[in-house]
Amino acid sequence: MIAAIGLLLGVLLGLLLQPTVPAWLDPYLPIAVVAALDAVFGALRAFLDGIFDDKVFVVSFVSNVLIAALIVYLGDKLGVGGQLSTGVIVVLGIRIFSNVAAIRRHIFHA
Amino acid sequence: MPEPTTGTDLDQAPRRGRPDDGRARLATAIRRPASRGQVVAGALLAVLGFAAVTQVRSNEQDDNFVGARQGDLIQFINNLSLASQRAETEIAELQETRESLGNDTEARRTALALARRQASTLGILAGTVPAVGPGIRATVTGGGTGVGSDQLLNGLQELRDAGAEVIEINDSVRVVAQTSLQDTANGGVLVDGTALEPPYVIEAIGDPSDLSVALDFTGGFVSDVQSVGGKVTVDKLDKVDIMSVRKPRKPEYAEPASTG
Repeated sequence: MIAAIGLLLGVLLGLLLQPTVPAWLDPYLPIAVVAALDAVFGALRAFLDGIFDDKVFVVSFVSNVLIAALIVYLGDKLGVGGQLSTGVIVVLGIRIFSNVAAIRRHIFHA
Repeated sequence: MPEPTTGTDLDQAPRRGRPDDGRARLATAIRRPASRGQVVAGALLAVLGFAAVTQVRSNEQDDNFVGARQGDLIQFINNLSLASQRAETEIAELQETRESLGNDTEARRTALALARRQASTLGILAGTVPAVGPGIRATVTGGGTGVGSDQLLNGLQELRDAGAEVIEINDSVRVVAQTSLQDTANGGVLVDGTALEPPYVIEAIGDPSDLSVALDFTGGFVSDVQSVGGKVTVDKLDKVDIMSVRKPRKPEYAEPASTG
């Protein structure tokens, strides 16, 4: 419940403040959001599995975001930022799909 | 999210009072929200929501260039400068067209004004439009005393000689190039098919003094009329209104000869 309220609060805050993305953050934010999404779905799955741990969640959330940003940064430096971003998105997307599949099995038993 | 687990797997038997099912766990979490795990998750989800909304908004602002590579950007710039060059060329062409169109319009307007002026000049000469200007009014009295077409013709001739531009008799007949005069049986005059009775009033537009002198010299119109027992009064006027017009007639036989 509090988690849902937190999500809503963040969305509202973003809508109300209308922050502009600083230039240095521009390439990393989309990847970071997708990585965080992956962490959230992983956490939801773990919760439904009954193995949720808030410490694990925090660490995985932060590390996901950081690693995603790091990969993009590295890719930019190596000149393959676009391709690497795509790769990261693909991997995270696959993980999100599998997590959602597990969540679905838990909730709908199907 | 209920009590923190210790990493047990799902195959284990459910512990005491603990929901064994994902759905039940979710329901419990929604019913009893105040656990540390939920607060942490809420905080992180708030961060995620904030970041996601921010990203979506900035993505909607300019989705063309975010994350574009240097090469892509150079390509963009090249395309844009090419496009702007094309646009400038087009602008120059259009401006040229507009200028030439403006010139055309100007020329046409000038021609039109010229034609209008010419038309009104010709209209005054041909008697198809009313005319106004300085001139004289000659009133010929003495009906039945022999004042007829001879005397009037003489008078009109004198006025023409003196430069009368527009002539009218009795406010009803405009005297033009084709005008003809004819005596009638009852002492009147038939001018262009209109029977006129004395007194005759001849109005003419032109230089008033020239016109009055032209009528008044010895052996001229005035004395001619007096010799047959009539009387002429000549008034110089600053403004003579000649309202009678005649319909232009299309020439039946004559055609404009090409001057080339």
